[in-house]
Amino acid sequence: MSADIPLWAGIPASILLVAGGLLALVGSAGLLRFNNFFCRIHAPTLGHTMGAGCVLVASILVFSALQQRPVVQEILITLLLFISSPVTAMLLMRAAVYRGRRQRGESYPAATPPGASNRQTDL
Amino acid sequence: MNLVLYWAASFALLCFVLGMACGTVRLVRGPTAQDRVLALDAIYINGMLVALAFGVRSGTPVYFDVALLIALFGFVGATAMAKFLLRGEVIEP
Repeated sequence: MSADIPLWAGIPASILLVAGGLLALVGSAGLLRFNNFFCRIHAPTLGHTMGAGCVLVASILVFSALQQRPVVQEILITLLLFISSPVTAMLLMRAAVYRGRRQRGESYPAATPPGASNRQTDL
Repeated sequence: MNLVLYWAASFALLCFVLGMACGTVRLVRGPTAQDRVLALDAIYINGMLVALAFGVRSGTPVYFDVALLIALFGFVGATAMAKFLLRGEVIEP
């Protein structure tokens, strides 16, 4: 690093970086240790939301202090993550429910026509 | 102050790389296909965080673009594979 970072940005950024790293690590360890897909899908969301949020705020602080003007382009990544992560989780969950039913040989609702409600209440 | 921030970013990098290792083990071992897609999801998020922490560590804002691209394409890939598992086809007529 070339320029010196002032104290008001350095200390919160360091704390946020360490916290974000630990949160993402805990989430990934949960992904490894749980023994069921439906338990496993909960764990990485910790890293997706809190971990990424902590690192992005730390990045905003550091670059605002380095360039001596507010740098808020990291909000783009935050918005993208907060929109995209639930979409992926929902699609994966529906795929898991569907494939589990098909593997057990149970009947599953066929492709619903557009406009009809395709809500699945029972797991 | 720079030294503290440097070591904090290095610690965060280590945590993210360990998280990617956990995801890789799940990707190889995962009993079902949706486990593997979930592991891929966790791996690309951790990779994006690695790029961000590396940018903080080196003080150059170039890595922000890398992180944004990884987030965009990782989302597209994970969603396409989840859609394939759900319907057997990614883009339906």
